[in-house]
Amino acid sequence: MAKSVLEKIWEDHTLAKRGDEYLLYVDRHLTHEVTSPIAFEGLRARGRRVRRPDLTFALMDHNVPTSDRTLPVRDENSREQMRTLAKNAREFSITVFDYFSPWQGIVHVVGPELGLTVPGITIVCGDSHTSTHGALGALAFGIGTSEGEHVFATQTVWMRRPKQMEVRMEGRFKSHTSAKDAILYVIRELGTGGMIGHAAEFRGEAVKNMSVEERMTICNMAIEGGARTAIVEPDDKVYSYLEGAPYAPSGEDWTEARKYWETLKTDDGARFDKSYKLDVSRLEPQITWGTNPAMCIGVSETVPEPRQFGDSSQRRIVERALEYMGLSPGQRIEGTPIDVVFIGSCTNARLSDLVMVARLVKGRRVAQGVRAMIVPGSMLVKRRAERMGLHRVFIEAGFEWRNSGCSMCIAMNEDRLGPGERGVLTSNRNFENRAGPGSRVHLASPLTAAASALEGKIADPRRYSLAGLDELGLEWVSPWIERNILKPLGGG
Amino acid sequence: MPEPVRRIVGKAAPLEMDDVDTDQIIPAQFLKVLSRKGLGKYLFYRWRFDEDGRPKQGFILDQEEYRDAVILVAGRNFGIGSSRENAVWALMDFGIKCVIASSFGDIFYGNSVKNGLLCIKLDEESVKRLRGMAARGELTLDIDVESETIKLPGGETMSFRLEPNVKKRLLEGLDEIEETLRGYEAKIREYEAKMRPFKIPSKAVMPIE
Repeated sequence: MAKSVLEKIWEDHTLAKRGDEYLLYVDRHLTHEVTSPIAFEGLRARGRRVRRPDLTFALMDHNVPTSDRTLPVRDENSREQMRTLAKNAREFSITVFDYFSPWQGIVHVVGPELGLTVPGITIVCGDSHTSTHGALGALAFGIGTSEGEHVFATQTVWMRRPKQMEVRMEGRFKSHTSAKDAILYVIRELGTGGMIGHAAEFRGEAVKNMSVEERMTICNMAIEGGARTAIVEPDDKVYSYLEGAPYAPSGEDWTEARKYWETLKTDDGARFDKSYKLDVSRLEPQITWGTNPAMCIGVSETVPEPRQFGDSSQRRIVERALEYMGLSPGQRIEGTPIDVVFIGSCTNARLSDLVMVARLVKGRRVAQGVRAMIVPGSMLVKRRAERMGLHRVFIEAGFEWRNSGCSMCIAMNEDRLGPGERGVLTSNRNFENRAGPGSRVHLASPLTAAASALEGKIADPRRYSLAGLDELGLEWVSPWIERNILKPLGGG
Repeated sequence: MPEPVRRIVGKAAPLEMDDVDTDQIIPAQFLKVLSRKGLGKYLFYRWRFDEDGRPKQGFILDQEEYRDAVILVAGRNFGIGSSRENAVWALMDFGIKCVIASSFGDIFYGNSVKNGLLCIKLDEESVKRLRGMAARGELTLDIDVESETIKLPGGETMSFRLEPNVKKRLLEGLDEIEETLRGYEAKIREYEAKMRPFKIPSKAVMPIE
């Protein structure tokens, strides 16, 4: 019978079935300082151990300051959660990438870049954006704290099998549009609940042509459309991304793994419960205007007018969002003055995102009065960018060049918008108060965010030429960077 | 370990809003905790308190007639967004025992089951009707998990569906870890014994970055 890649991995990890729930073995458990302490406490209270410390990895990302790491962590509660994770990791013999680790970063950036995430495995993490790891052909689920405790103790998770939805992306992206615009558009069309109960498999020519990092962007945000998880069948690009990564298989194991990974394709005739198709060549840069990611328009469009909506409850939702965002019905989104630009988060803070930003801002200046910050997705991303000399491009343009963490995306550290402040963020959620009380967040691609930084207003990135890779004056490029970052961008 | 949930009798409060994400249920600043207790005071914090932490007037659960509500009747897509289980702990600590909506965020729904917060999915029309009734005046519902029914004042009943495992978990309040280890330890070992080496992280060495 024809099977999808998800079905193959699901079956490979099923230990038992009970009604409509499956007991799945968990090959990788990633955990961070915010959702883990109560799970560890639960283990301690009942004298339980972590069953497989060798499959469990902890890191600090949500709370960490992105300023100078030699300074003390000022927020007492953040410090306490970070200390608690370090203590728990020691007590339960788990590897931890702490505040000072050279491999510290956002969990969904670190997993793939260190080779903890590989095709064909099951991954869970106490974080909704765990779907990101599906970009490498892994079956990945965001879970709650109680489930996390269950995984610690049993290395398994009870899971209802999601229905399957095919999201097919065809065509070629026009210049200045990218994976972020595509996924924002999908959510705009399907709504925040459009994929509830489903696992999204991204397929089609446009997905095949995406770099691994772009695939992470679409899998990451599938969750904002309600998807339980997302996946892309693995290919040579994924293998190249992982080859030589510190935790990836090596030697004979690598050869064996490759053989297995080759089998992880969605068979012709595999059945999907739902299907959605998008021609990406039609897309213009997308940006959100409201308070959930589905409230999104093209950058050249106008924000909705409540009276367009026949349904009174829909009308109220739109009115409330416009009021919160401080926008007038029917106004153009482009040209709206902004205070902050944030390039960061598990959606768009990988090396290829930073290269694209550099191509747009090279030789240009951030507008006066705008605070523009770049928060690399991991300290490894930061070091790689610095070896290439990208940080000089950013600093010369007037960006803050910070250390890694979740930062303004969740505003648990000092990086936040003040009440009423407006920002263009490359992150994934524009909920009320998400980036700080009263914050007004517009989600967009790195290029749209960068162009907005230059103008001090929401801007259409298509008005800016992109510097060629050869014009960036790259100082040092490793084979990994050449293969996985520059080549997909048409260089190297 | 959650307490068994068999029957919930109490007042319902209407929350006329779709897409209530877990950031609204409890903001991220209240995730910096090391215990699940006492989170009720942060429930819907931004809707109930201003920037200086002073109570705002008018949020439904702060109104006199809904203060003792144990059932929340919401809209579409309740609990979407972040996986934070704190959302469930905050609702329960506040005294909410049941949420009725036409759809739920998947992770929120799963977290609710683990903690014994009953989430009832009804069609949009029924949700709207219940919400309207709760908004118009006192609405006391009598919810029975075993028979999957909601008794309305005046004797009318509505039925709902729970997946058998969800129902069992609610009725029995099991320690799931204990249950998994007792029932499936052999299966887990069997998988581990034949786990292929490339599925296990190798010993990390510092590569060329």
